[in-house]
Amino acid sequence: MSKFSKKRGKADPAISTASLPDIIFMLLFFFMVVTVLRDAELKVNVSTPYATELTKLEEKSLVNYLYIGKPTQKYQALYGTKPRLQLGDKFATVADIPLFLEKHKIKVPEARHGQITSSLRVDGEVTMGIVQDVKTQLRKSGQLKVNYSAKKDPDAK
Amino acid sequence: MAKKSSRDRMSNEINAGSMADIAFLLLIFFLVTTTIVEDKGITVKLPPWSEEEPDITKLKKRNVFSVLVNAQDQLLVRGEPTQVEDLRERAKTFISNPFNAEDMAEKPTKAIISLKNDRGTSYEAYLRVYNELKAAYNELWDELSQRKYGVPYSDDMPFAYKKEIRSEIPFVLSEAEPTAFGEE
Repeated sequence: MSKFSKKRGKADPAISTASLPDIIFMLLFFFMVVTVLRDAELKVNVSTPYATELTKLEEKSLVNYLYIGKPTQKYQALYGTKPRLQLGDKFATVADIPLFLEKHKIKVPEARHGQITSSLRVDGEVTMGIVQDVKTQLRKSGQLKVNYSAKKDPDAK
Repeated sequence: MAKKSSRDRMSNEINAGSMADIAFLLLIFFLVTTTIVEDKGITVKLPPWSEEEPDITKLKKRNVFSVLVNAQDQLLVRGEPTQVEDLRERAKTFISNPFNAEDMAEKPTKAIISLKNDRGTSYEAYLRVYNELKAAYNELWDELSQRKYGVPYSDDMPFAYKKEIRSEIPFVLSEAEPTAFGEE
């Protein structure tokens, strides 16, 4: 068949790059959807402990984060080294928790209020005293779904 | 130089080659600014707040599995010092009570785990203990599920199965107010 033998002569050496932007855009959109912009600068050191019985937090919009840990180097001059609570992007006290929860709640449709989870991201070295105070405050505020943030134990089974 | 009339250029198409560069720039921006946070943890349902202390005197002693973690992160399980590694096995035998021992839970539905810590206990130790207790239940659920339905216990198993298993071995963990001891 002569159809095939002719091909070599006709070939155009330039590869069209017109679809390259589309591919890159696709990647871009993938990353935009998958990742969440960190909305708060961490002012406390949090290194969560290891655990094995983990559940994954599904919907990010239904989760609010409470950080507990020692203030980072930058803030130690001002706030000392005692473990502190951070809500949103600022240091807070236990008394600020109800307002913080309420502020998050108004962003969530009412039908889903029951599914809101509080993620406690607590440093492993923190003592239970402050954690207990936070837990008590959460219970008083009716926020009962809590997730103790932890890393997957690499040595497990 | 003779100026070319713009009409002559009409047939030229816009060069889309730089589009990829712009998209790349955006892509790199997003790659750098975002962090994929590992959002995993131990999910817990806290009890609703009530002013009065729960009355635990009515419970039979044999049904209560008391775990104490002190400010030195040491463990006391039913009155004897224990290592955290043994906690899971002990909790499992207590809940399932395979040999119908006198001092263990009458049946899994009656078993109650009571966890108490000091204010000076480190969070790491607390979570480790909590994790072991949860693991004990998870293993028991898994065993029951294998026996009854032949499938491992997981979150995507049919809801009815899960409910059945959870009602047969309910997860009851009561946390007492911590003692004010050893706080920094």
